Amino acid sequence: MVRSVQAECLDVTLVGCNHRSASVGVRERIAFTSEQALHAADELCMRGIVEEAIVLSTCNRSEVYGVASEQNADAPAALEGFFTAFHGLSPSDIDTHLYRHTGGPAVEHLFRVTAGLDSMMLGEAEILGQVRDAYGKALERGTTGPVLNRLFQSALEIGKRVRAETELGAHAMSVASAGVKLAESVFGDLKGHSALIMGAGSVAEQVIGCLRQRGIGEMRIVNRSRERAEELAVRYGAAPASWETLADQLSWPDVIVTSVSATDAVLDRETLEKVMVDREGRAIFIVDLGVPRNVQSDAADVYNLYLYNLDDLDKIVSGNRNAREAEIPRAEALIQEQIHKFDAWKNSIAAVRLIEDLRAQMHEERREFLRDRRQLPENLSAAERERMEQLTSDLVERLLKGPSGKLRRARGLRERIERAEILRELFGADENSE
Amino acid sequence: MHHTLAYVSLAFYAASLAGYAGFLYDEKAWMGRIAPVLLAGGVLTHYLALMERSRWVHTVPYDDLYGSMSLFVWLLALTYLILEIWHRRPSVGAFVLPFIVVWQLALLIFAPATPPPPPPGRGPMLALHITMGILGYAAFALSFILSVIYILQSRVLRNRRPGRAFWRFPPLDVLDRMIRSSVWMGLAASIAGLVLGLIWERRLSGTYSATDPKVLFTFMIIGLYGLYLWLGGLPAWRGPRAARFCALSFVLVLFSYTLVNLYMTGFHRYF
Repeated sequence: MVRSVQAECLDVTLVGCNHRSASVGVRERIAFTSEQALHAADELCMRGIVEEAIVLSTCNRSEVYGVASEQNADAPAALEGFFTAFHGLSPSDIDTHLYRHTGGPAVEHLFRVTAGLDSMMLGEAEILGQVRDAYGKALERGTTGPVLNRLFQSALEIGKRVRAETELGAHAMSVASAGVKLAESVFGDLKGHSALIMGAGSVAEQVIGCLRQRGIGEMRIVNRSRERAEELAVRYGAAPASWETLADQLSWPDVIVTSVSATDAVLDRETLEKVMVDREGRAIFIVDLGVPRNVQSDAADVYNLYLYNLDDLDKIVSGNRNAREAEIPRAEALIQEQIHKFDAWKNSIAAVRLIEDLRAQMHEERREFLRDRRQLPENLSAAERERMEQLTSDLVERLLKGPSGKLRRARGLRERIERAEILRELFGADENSE
Repeated sequence: MHHTLAYVSLAFYAASLAGYAGFLYDEKAWMGRIAPVLLAGGVLTHYLALMERSRWVHTVPYDDLYGSMSLFVWLLALTYLILEIWHRRPSVGAFVLPFIVVWQLALLIFAPATPPPPPPGRGPMLALHITMGILGYAAFALSFILSVIYILQSRVLRNRRPGRAFWRFPPLDVLDRMIRSSVWMGLAASIAGLVLGLIWERRLSGTYSATDPKVLFTFMIIGLYGLYLWLGGLPAWRGPRAARFCALSFVLVLFSYTLVNLYMTGFHRYF
C-alpha cells in the first residue's frame, strides 16, 4: 500500500493581523520589512516549523503563510511562537490581535485579500501588486513549494478576475482620484495636458500623486512657502513657482487644483473669465479642495469651465463606495469558485487517490484492449481466456508498483507532491475527477 | 434572398446593440470588444443584401424609398464602425445602434413586395453621386448623435452629478474630435456627391439645374457644416455651443432628406 500524501499535510496555515484586528500601533510593532519578510520565511523553513513559507507585510497587514511539515502537529502555535519571538514580543502582547486560520479558511482569507475584500479601502488594487511582490521574492528565495505556489498563483488569478468581472475595483474611492477621474472625463488622456497646483498640503499632495500616476504632461506647484513647493516639485517631477506669480500662471493649465488655506476666495469669477479669454475658450477643469472654498461659487457659470469643490467630490466618492459594496456578493461567488478549484487540485495530489485513479484507468485500458483483441484467437477456451484476464491484471499491478514505490520513497512533502503532479500529468488522470 | 440577408443583418445589429449596451451598463470589456465585431457582421450582411436587391430590381439598390433608406442605414453603421475603430471608444455604440436597429426593422416591416420601375437614367456616376449624397447624410446623422451625447455629458459635468454610466462615456475632448471627424466625412461626401451630380446632369441634359431645391439645400448644408467647423475654433464657440450648433444643423439635413425629396424637387425622389 502506498503511503498517502494526507490532505492535512497540504493544509495552509496562516497567522497574522490586519487593520481590523490591530491598531496601527500594534501593526507597526509586528510589521516586516521586505528583507525581514524573506529572512523570516527562511528561518521558518530552516527550523522545520513549516515546509513552505511566505510572509506578507504591508501597512495594513502582517501575515505568515506556511505549509506545516509532517513532523509539526501544531503548526499554528509554532507559527505564532515564531511571530512573537521574531519581533521580540511576548505572546500576551499580540495574542488578542492575531488571527489564526488553517486549511480552507486560510485559503479563503488570502483570496479575499487579493480580491480587495479585506482591504481598508474596499477593492483597492495596490494589494494585488503587494501580494505579487511578496510571492515573487519568496519564490526567488526558494521558500515556496508546490502548495504555496499553487495557492498564491490562484490568489493572484482571482484578484485579477474579480477586478475584471466585477466593479469592485472600479470608480474612484478618494477625493483626489475622483478629481483626477473627472479631469479625464473632460480631457481624456492627461499626457498632453497641464496642471497647476495651488497649495502644497497633504490633500494637494494626494492629487499631485494621482495626476503624476495618470501621466499628466506638465505640472507646476505654487505655494506661499516656496520651500514646500520645491520639495513636492522635486518629489513628483513638477516645477515650483512663487505665489507672487500666481496671476501669470493661471491661463496655461488645463487643470487647476486649489487647496489653499485662506478666509476669502483666491479665484473669483472675474479672474476666471479673463483666464478663459487668454485660453481662447479652451475648456478648464478646476478642483477646489479648500475649506473655506478657494473659488467663488458663481465662477461655475463661466462658459466651458468645470468646477468641483470638496462637497461635490465627497458625494461622488460616497456613491462609488456604495456601488463597490453592491459588488461584494459577485466577488464572493467568484472566490468560492476559486476555492473549489484549489480544493480539487489538493485532492488530486493526494497519493492514495492518485494511485487508485491510475489503477482504475489502467484496468479500464486493459479491459478495452482485451475486448478489441478477443475475436482474434477464436480457438481460445474459456479457461484460457480467464487465464489471459488474470495475467494482464497482474501485469497492470506490476506496472503500478514502480510509480507507487517512487511516490513512497519521495523525501518530504514537496518532492512527493511534485512526483504526484508529474504522474498525474503523464498518465492524463483528470484533476477534477470525483 | 435579399430579405433573408437583411434579416440576418438586423440580427447582427441587434446583437451588437446588446453588446454595446452591456458594455455601457456593466463595463464588461469583452462586450466592448465583441460588439464592433458583430456590427461588422451586420455591415457585411447588409452590404450583401443591398447587392442582392440590386440584382432583383436590375438597377442600383437605392432607387426607391426602401432602397435609399436601407443604404442610409448601412452607411450610418459603416461610418460609425470606421469612427469607432479610429477613436477606439465603444461606449457611444449604445446610442448609435438603436437608430440602426429600429430603422432597419421598420424598413423590413414596410419592404415593398414588388420591384420599383427602372429609373430613366442610370450609370456608375449617378450611383456614385447618390452613394456620396447618402454617405453625407449618414455622417451628419452620426455627428448629430455625438453632439447630443456631448451636450448631455457636458451638462452632467456642469451639474456635478455624474451617474454610474457617466464614467463609461468618452471624454468631452474625444467626443469633440469624433464630431469633427464625422462632419469632415459628411462634408467631403456631400461635396463629392454634389460635384458628381452636377457633372452627370451636364452630360445628360447639357445644363446645370442649380436652382433645384435639392441642390440649393445641399449648398446650404455644406455651408452650415463648414460654418460649424469654423465656429468650433473660435473662443466663444468652442465646446458645448459648437456641439449645439452641430446638432441643430442636422434639422436642415433632415428637412433636405425628407420634405425636399418628397415634395420640393423633381428628380431627387429618394436621396
